[in-house]
Amino acid sequence: MGAEEGGGVAVATGGPEPESTHRVEFLGRLGFLLTVVAVAIHLVALVARGMAADPNRVPWGNMYEFTISGSFFVALLYVALYRKFRLGWMAPIVLAFVVASLMVAVIWLHEEVAPLTEALNSYWLVIHVVSAIIATGAFTLGGIVSAMYLVKMRKGDTTTGPLARVPSLASLDRLSYRIHAFGFPVWTFAVLITGPIWAHEAWSSYWNWDPKEVWAFITWVVYAGYLHARATAGWRGRNAALLALLGLATLWFNFIGINYFSSSSQHSYAAPAVVERIPG
Amino acid sequence: MSIDTEERRAGELTAREMLRWTWRQLTSMRTALVLLLLLALAAVPGSVIPQESVDSLGVTRWKEQHPKLTPIYERLDLFSVFDSAWFSAIYILLMVSLVGCFVPRILVYWRGLRAQPPAAPRHLTRLPDHATYTTDDQVAEHLEHARAVLRGRGYRLRDDPGEAVSAERGYLREAGNLVFHVSVLIVLVGFAVGGLFGYKGGVILVEGSTFSNSLTQYDDFAPGSLFRAEQMEPFSFTVDEFDVDWLESGPRAGMAQSFNAGLRYQESPDSAEKNYDLRVNHPLSIGDTEIFLIGHGYAPVVTVRDGNGDIAYSGPTVFLPQDASFLSFGVIKASSAQPEKIGLEGLFYPTYLMVDGDPVTVMGDDKNPTLSMLVYTGDLGVDSGTPQSVYILDKSNAEQVEGPDGKPFRVDIQPGQTVKLPDGLGSIEFEGVKPWTRIQVSQTPGKEVALAGVVLALIGLLGSLFIRPRRVWVKARREGEGTMVEVAALDRSGNGEMMEILEEIVAELRRTERA
Ligand code: HEM
Repeated sequence: MGAEEGGGVAVATGGPEPESTHRVEFLGRLGFLLTVVAVAIHLVALVARGMAADPNRVPWGNMYEFTISGSFFVALLYVALYRKFRLGWMAPIVLAFVVASLMVAVIWLHEEVAPLTEALNSYWLVIHVVSAIIATGAFTLGGIVSAMYLVKMRKGDTTTGPLARVPSLASLDRLSYRIHAFGFPVWTFAVLITGPIWAHEAWSSYWNWDPKEVWAFITWVVYAGYLHARATAGWRGRNAALLALLGLATLWFNFIGINYFSSSSQHSYAAPAVVERIPG
Repeated sequence: MSIDTEERRAGELTAREMLRWTWRQLTSMRTALVLLLLLALAAVPGSVIPQESVDSLGVTRWKEQHPKLTPIYERLDLFSVFDSAWFSAIYILLMVSLVGCFVPRILVYWRGLRAQPPAAPRHLTRLPDHATYTTDDQVAEHLEHARAVLRGRGYRLRDDPGEAVSAERGYLREAGNLVFHVSVLIVLVGFAVGGLFGYKGGVILVEGSTFSNSLTQYDDFAPGSLFRAEQMEPFSFTVDEFDVDWLESGPRAGMAQSFNAGLRYQESPDSAEKNYDLRVNHPLSIGDTEIFLIGHGYAPVVTVRDGNGDIAYSGPTVFLPQDASFLSFGVIKASSAQPEKIGLEGLFYPTYLMVDGDPVTVMGDDKNPTLSMLVYTGDLGVDSGTPQSVYILDKSNAEQVEGPDGKPFRVDIQPGQTVKLPDGLGSIEFEGVKPWTRIQVSQTPGKEVALAGVVLALIGLLGSLFIRPRRVWVKARREGEGTMVEVAALDRSGNGEMMEILEEIVAELRRTERA
């Protein structure tokens, strides 16, 4: 960690007195270090989960595993982009989110390790799901930035209080764009390339409009709308941020809502009965 | 464009102006955005209302539960949203808008390709991202440095040797943008070709039975609207055996794993026989057709003897699994039975067990296969002339057979057993169980086009999102002892942190100056 940016927090604070800058910088760096350690442990947990299954497999067969993998990628992306984009100010939000997701996973979603159902047992699944989860992590991070944009817009630019460390509106907007611009191609790859290839091998049609696919498509279109909005007069800033949050809502709805409420989705982790479907 | 239309009232527009105005509106960014959001919104009903193409059973059930709404929903095509006129209207408008937007852009780009970077503005310090410094170099010398530095960073230079350097890079961003949008069209074409010329058919085959690829052999068949029967390839195959592994322990105990259907197939009637292990995720390709294993279940082999002791029905009957436990439902219709027709309807338990007085199946493997069926006689509706599903027994005019105790007579039977029906109706013999597989056969022309389209779209997208189109200008003039240099940079996409780039460039300019 370079001294000049190690404490992203310190960079963003503006200018408290020198001694306290020093302390803030030190604590910021300590916090980041702890986060890195936590992410490493999180990774170990994921790998262990995959190795606990017989045969060994990727840990994303059900909601529990998807949640712990998804929150891992949020944390990983945060750590990876921390220096480049000076994300220190996001620490409380991102870490609170990750901890909350892990709690939900452990308390409500926990399931014993089980082998994957047959149709899920494909290397296209690995590529498809890894990329979908990475994109989910990126969109979540981008959504947090967009949310902060909206909060900051309402509260105005302050130099005191908790919002003081949050970057300016223009930087938030650009930051959000850059994170989304990373997530969108990954999502495209997951949903429109590897997903259809896998679906084609498993179920014969590459695109079925099954509820999970419908929502993946909706998410894609909304994020395409977000990218457009940033180039459309009258839609920049606030409306674009709202679209980013709408995209995130559709993404999470797909993950939570469709898994639990849709019986016809072939993707339903809640009822993993892919090949056993009643012929219609 | 809106200025001259606002000055006059709408009635004063000529038809031509009106047309041009409409076209401009349609091809504007704002319209594209609104249409995109509309498209997303329009897809929502397709996920909440059961769709004919995904879950036709669900559609039937939904219609039964909502008799009042059904006609309205049918009117609005809500059971086939993605084929509906209104959904198509949105994406066709979007495509028209896209073509209208991008044809001019492509032309502009083409012309701009060979154009020079624009000359430096008069006052560089008026641009938002700029820097100034002084150097000991001579003006011409330093500008030559600047040229070399910028060329080294991949900038294209304007060739006007003078007081300024004008440089531009990132031309490929717009190319990426164009490729992306054109590829969206390509994907749509590929998708449409599949929908129009392709077909998808399903058939349930009991182990040991043979399928040859002709329309009459399918249980269900969904052709595209331009599909022609000549497209069907003349292959045939036999499902020699079907194996499943059942998990006996762990949280998914009772579930099936490693499905394998041993196929023997011929690509055409006079080609050699080959074997293929058809598994999930491993389809068999024959020519342009692909064959998939997508389901399995049980077919109890039952022989029905009628009141005269003659065989009225014999063979495996496909029962449909109701859930992952493979508790299966089916009917047997012995309509040639004399003197009375015999109909059976009931459940098949692969591993039957009585738990607290209720029959259950503990797993999907057929470890303790048991049939439990109610018996009907009389008019089974088979002579009514209307085609009937083999999975449904029409009981509306039938009579339920009762036992001596006056309660409905139930046949509970295991392989090898025979049960005599009351009133001398006949007997039922359960001989054994055979597995069946559900095979899907499909042709999806255009899938390579669609795939190429999305891959191209992704490449274009990467270019469009990550290539930063930038212009950099450097101006130098003699001031007193040294040379005063002004540098300005402009990110044309408006998304980059230009100050960083500018600092980098300035640092490099000054480093070479010092060296
Ligand atoms: C099928 C529908 C469409 C989709 C999925 C789509 C998607 C996208 C995406 C993802 C971007 C972001 C790339 C970037 O930021 O450079 C973009 C940019 C753009 N789109 Fe579209 N688009 C569609 C239709 C249209 C239409 C109809 C128009 C014209 C009216 C249009 C005009 C543009 C322009 C001009 C840009 C570049 C914006 C910029 O300079 O940042 N698009 N589009």
